[in-house]
Amino acid sequence: MAVSIVHYLVLSSILFIIGAYGVITRRNLIVVLMSLELMLNAANLAFVAFSRALGDMTGQIFVIMAITVSAAEVAVGLALVVSVYTHRQTLNIDILRMLKG
Amino acid sequence: MHHALLRFGSKSGLESILFYIFAALAVVGAILVISHDNPVINALSLVLTLFSTAVLFIFLLAHFLAAIQVLVYAGAIMVLFIFTVMYLNLREESLSFDSFNKPMRLSILFVLLIVSGFIAGLGFKKGLMLNGAGVSLDDFGTVRGVGDLLFRTYLLPFELTSVLIVVAIIGVVVIAKRRLD
Repeated sequence: MAVSIVHYLVLSSILFIIGAYGVITRRNLIVVLMSLELMLNAANLAFVAFSRALGDMTGQIFVIMAITVSAAEVAVGLALVVSVYTHRQTLNIDILRMLKG
Repeated sequence: MHHALLRFGSKSGLESILFYIFAALAVVGAILVISHDNPVINALSLVLTLFSTAVLFIFLLAHFLAAIQVLVYAGAIMVLFIFTVMYLNLREESLSFDSFNKPMRLSILFVLLIVSGFIAGLGFKKGLMLNGAGVSLDDFGTVRGVGDLLFRTYLLPFELTSVLIVVAIIGVVVIAKRRLD
């Protein structure tokens, strides 16, 4: 059975759901960031699959932008993690409620 | 112009076998990311998932993106994650707070809703199966093709990305250097 775009989209949605599940259930701030990366990666896979199916490379340009943005996001997020940990000595997002979120 | 038109689902069985292998590796890595208690193992599982995705990018004729994925994601971002985990030196008792108790049922319901939504969406979008779209193999996904598009059509967004990175660098330095009272 030949691999079609639907296979890639199903894999992408499975990875996205797993990442969303991690964001919802995990309490460790670093693991939440990792799950966020998982979701971004799933979206990138969908972009590349559509780019291949449509024969249009614009989707790959979008993925380059998304990778750049996620790299900047991870740098800022981990700097915040280090700052929060030195301040509060925990990474439990149930305890970190300074913003009353 | 059209030298070798490659159909989407090539008939060779090897590609589909490799697709299933690396898709399974990606899913296993993703599940390990959200299920294991040790953050180092979480980070290494994320490397597994990102690397498998890079292999899938090669099947999708995005060779340059596969290289970028390995270099930036599996290289730089993972080093940042592992460096942070090691730097903070998270103790065992601070790691054990991660339990699946309270939001369990609600989140399972949420996930099932998303899954059913996606499956229904894929069922409805049968018209999206563009398997017949052949792609000219000349420049598709190579450094030349992507670079041509990036530096001609999308030059302004590309340059704006550098502004974003400068902002991120300044932000990180400000956050990291801030006196804690």
